[in-house]
Amino acid sequence: MTAGRSRARSAVRHRDGAAKAAPSRARRTRLRHSTQWAAWGFIAPVVGYLAVFYAYPLYRNIDLSIRSYTVASFITGDAPYAGLANYSDIIHSSTFAPALINTAIFVFASIALQFTIGLALAVFFFRKFPLSGSLRALFLIPWLLPLLVSASTWSWMLNSDSGIVNALLNALSVGPVDWLTSPSWSLASVLIANIWIGIPFNLVIMYSGLQSISTDVFEAAAIDGASGWQRFWRITFPLLRPVSAITLLLGFIYTLKVFDIIWIMTRGGPATSSTTLAIWSYQLGFGSLLPDFSSAAAVGNVLIIIAVIFALIYIRVRSRLEAI
Amino acid sequence: MKRRKWWLTAAGVLLTAVMLFPVYWMVNVSLTKTSSMRKSPPNLIPVDATLDGYSAVIHQQLPYLGTSLLVGIGTVAATLMVAAPAGFSLAKLRPLGGGGLSLLLLIAQMIPAIIMAMGFYTIYIKLAILGTVWGLILADSTIAVPFGVLIFTAFMSRIPEELLQAARIDGAGTVRTFLSVVVPVSRNAVVTVSLFAFLWAWSDFLFANTLDSGGGHQPITLGIYAYIGNNNQQWNAIMATAVVASIPAAVLLILAQRYVAAGVTAGAVKD
Repeated sequence: MTAGRSRARSAVRHRDGAAKAAPSRARRTRLRHSTQWAAWGFIAPVVGYLAVFYAYPLYRNIDLSIRSYTVASFITGDAPYAGLANYSDIIHSSTFAPALINTAIFVFASIALQFTIGLALAVFFFRKFPLSGSLRALFLIPWLLPLLVSASTWSWMLNSDSGIVNALLNALSVGPVDWLTSPSWSLASVLIANIWIGIPFNLVIMYSGLQSISTDVFEAAAIDGASGWQRFWRITFPLLRPVSAITLLLGFIYTLKVFDIIWIMTRGGPATSSTTLAIWSYQLGFGSLLPDFSSAAAVGNVLIIIAVIFALIYIRVRSRLEAI
Repeated sequence: MKRRKWWLTAAGVLLTAVMLFPVYWMVNVSLTKTSSMRKSPPNLIPVDATLDGYSAVIHQQLPYLGTSLLVGIGTVAATLMVAAPAGFSLAKLRPLGGGGLSLLLLIAQMIPAIIMAMGFYTIYIKLAILGTVWGLILADSTIAVPFGVLIFTAFMSRIPEELLQAARIDGAGTVRTFLSVVVPVSRNAVVTVSLFAFLWAWSDFLFANTLDSGGGHQPITLGIYAYIGNNNQQWNAIMATAVVASIPAAVLLILAQRYVAAGVTAGAVKD
């Protein structure tokens, strides 16, 4: 949107310049050529960077996935072509279905709860009471901590014998729950930690969404006698729909990538009970003494396809909103 | 009216306390004696606090902290060098194909790091640069560069054209304009990008574990990871390291809160 505005402004300026000075056509073309050179000179580093540090690793990843690489292949340099065999192997693997289902549960439960809690907190803090600004800033802490720090803290809090969570449950005469070591609770445990980390992001974005709504609308509704509850569902929520769409899509894409938290807390276990696609890919490539890079790359590429589909939806939604 | 506001503050404090309880617990455990670590129920406040955990950090983790600092600073430098000129070009010089590049950068942000790690691993093993600090810096910079370009583009497109024209009239070329006019007025963007690049590099575990786990200089995240793997009993040392590893985040939040908020919302809200 900003780019569009500056383009329009510069077009006006060009027209002014032509009217006043009327430089020769040849000189103007030369000028345009030289600015194009400068423009490209300035983006050349990032283009080169993307080619070397994004395109090439991605290409290597695709190459890995259609060959059968072993550790020996790195030394000898040859790996037989395998076509789509690796993909067929992973789809028929007994880990595929649980990993896909766990990824879906992890992603949707995470973003649904992060978003709901984040939005509720944003509405709460928007009421501007003494200390609201400082408290809101403190809420950012979980998002800024290294993931490894948060994950190890939650591991110890959820420890079956000595964790504070089970001690609290015990005081309420519930439990104990084997949070990290029971297959029925491990996914819930990593979900709790991930939701905790994601709340600040949703809070900050939804808060800035609230700020962009004109106060006149709220005042008009208040004068018309709308209750707080009505104001939220009839006015605030509909007006927040664009920001919400963006937040949810970004949340989806970020959550799909989550690796550190699950790896530190459960390593995807017990068995496959908290294995997501990202964890499975890592397990195959780096998790054992006999790495299977080709299958790991194939799982990774399945993950990329899902991510890119949602990235394209995100870009579409974003540009449609900017056109409004 | 006044009374209601007071209740809101009380509720706000309570919510914040619940949210930050894990952070408090990390500090509490870091001060707990190994002998009371398995106590049930655990001590809610550090009654007979010990600094054993922190002395373990000082004796064992300082080299790791040094490496993390170096990796963080290197990542900031690499990110700024690549992202700032690109942001300027996309915002002001209208390069052919600029729109396509912006699109690629958006998509690049969404590629899972695990896939990048695998690609880097196969390349690094071939070039025999696994375990080097600068190899880790280059890998870590991929987390921040796309974000950096987007921030710089958004920020620099708000620089008034008149300022650039004035520099041009004074005879400054594009490079000179960029270095002596655009970069100085973009200080806020530089701070925001540096802050996040540093924080992400400092917090990175995946690239460190795949590309540097056999290296002589390992970052603090690997220091904590080694602790968790080796001595399950020393949770005060693990949590003390975690507290120390959280210091940059705390410092940045105190010193640069508005930049943090600006960075969080940059990708999501149209300006």
